[in-house]
Amino acid sequence: MPLNWKTGGVLLGAVFFLAVLLVKPIGVSTQFVILDAIIGDIANPALIQATEEGYTSSNAYLAKSGGKYAANAANPLNYSFVFVLAMALGAFLSARLRGGVGAAERTAPALWRANFGDAPLGRYAVAFLGGFVVLYGARLAGGCTSGHMMSGMMQTALSGYIFAAGAFAAAVPTAILMYRKEA
Amino acid sequence: MTTIILAIVIGAAFGAALDRIGATNPNWIWRMLNLSNLHLMKTILLAIGTGSVLMFGGQMLGLVDVGHMSVKAAYAGVFIGGLMLGAGWAASGFCPGTGVAAAATGRKDALFFIAGGLLGAAAYMLSYPWWKSAGLLDDMAGGKVTLGAVPDSGYAGLTGLPGDVLGIVLGLAFIAVAFALPERLRRAPQGRAAEMPAE
Repeated sequence: MPLNWKTGGVLLGAVFFLAVLLVKPIGVSTQFVILDAIIGDIANPALIQATEEGYTSSNAYLAKSGGKYAANAANPLNYSFVFVLAMALGAFLSARLRGGVGAAERTAPALWRANFGDAPLGRYAVAFLGGFVVLYGARLAGGCTSGHMMSGMMQTALSGYIFAAGAFAAAVPTAILMYRKEA
Repeated sequence: MTTIILAIVIGAAFGAALDRIGATNPNWIWRMLNLSNLHLMKTILLAIGTGSVLMFGGQMLGLVDVGHMSVKAAYAGVFIGGLMLGAGWAASGFCPGTGVAAAATGRKDALFFIAGGLLGAAAYMLSYPWWKSAGLLDDMAGGKVTLGAVPDSGYAGLTGLPGDVLGIVLGLAFIAVAFALPERLRRAPQGRAAEMPAE
């Protein structure tokens, strides 16, 4: 059972505030690009190139904004990348402390099983395709649920409101159509 | 080095918070999005409101550095990308942050989400020039703007309202909506009581 929303909301809000107080607003989806760039540069060392001022790339997206993505991929020990690794560590420890996730849940969540049955293959396929669309959309939008929706709306950014409008306009009908049975 | 320590501390706190509020569990994402249980929606709205009031309040008291704000640009692609993210979020039950956090809690389906995500991000890297040349990444309504003008932030305001005061008012509004939202908006299935989280 998750935390009561009053406790959980204040806790999560405090973390978002702490981030902007001490460093900068929270964001995650850029790091998928950074990991892609790290992997890509191993496969093709010409992908990221050092210049006199910093870094650039043969890929236009990695080279944009003065090559800041290329620079982060060349130096993965930077705040934003370590932040995401630490996020995984925090979630891992929290899950251990509350007794972990059950075996059936680990393969497919209860609500999925109630609507689509126990076979894992369909669940894995939808999770994979969902991941593709989510990250393509997040990079097109320039941020995701944490960067645009939470950090953005918290700062009263116009872009955060536009993003949230688009995300919920698609998410609510999709969820209502796909997950009719409750569990 | 300090930066890395901060990344570890704040990142770990964020991951633990996501797990404790139920955001790493797709069931709670789906119950929020299919409107059968708004518990997580209330949590998120309260979090945005709390963060906003603390940040803008701290700025007005001179305790929070306005320079730490980072406002993203508004352009047509933000809405199109939002639609795509929303559809994938609802189908999979994960968003980028919660997908990584969920994999760390032991969910195997989340690993497939991450693999798909890495491929989707790579596909965007390759198609970026097309979106750019189509003009869908061009700034609209001033690009990097806040709803009001936040003093000394360097960002323009969409309106002439004082941005810090507006931020506190909107933050309080988010908190009010969190309290006002009912537990569910969809009719309960007949013959059985809806599952309610402990208050």
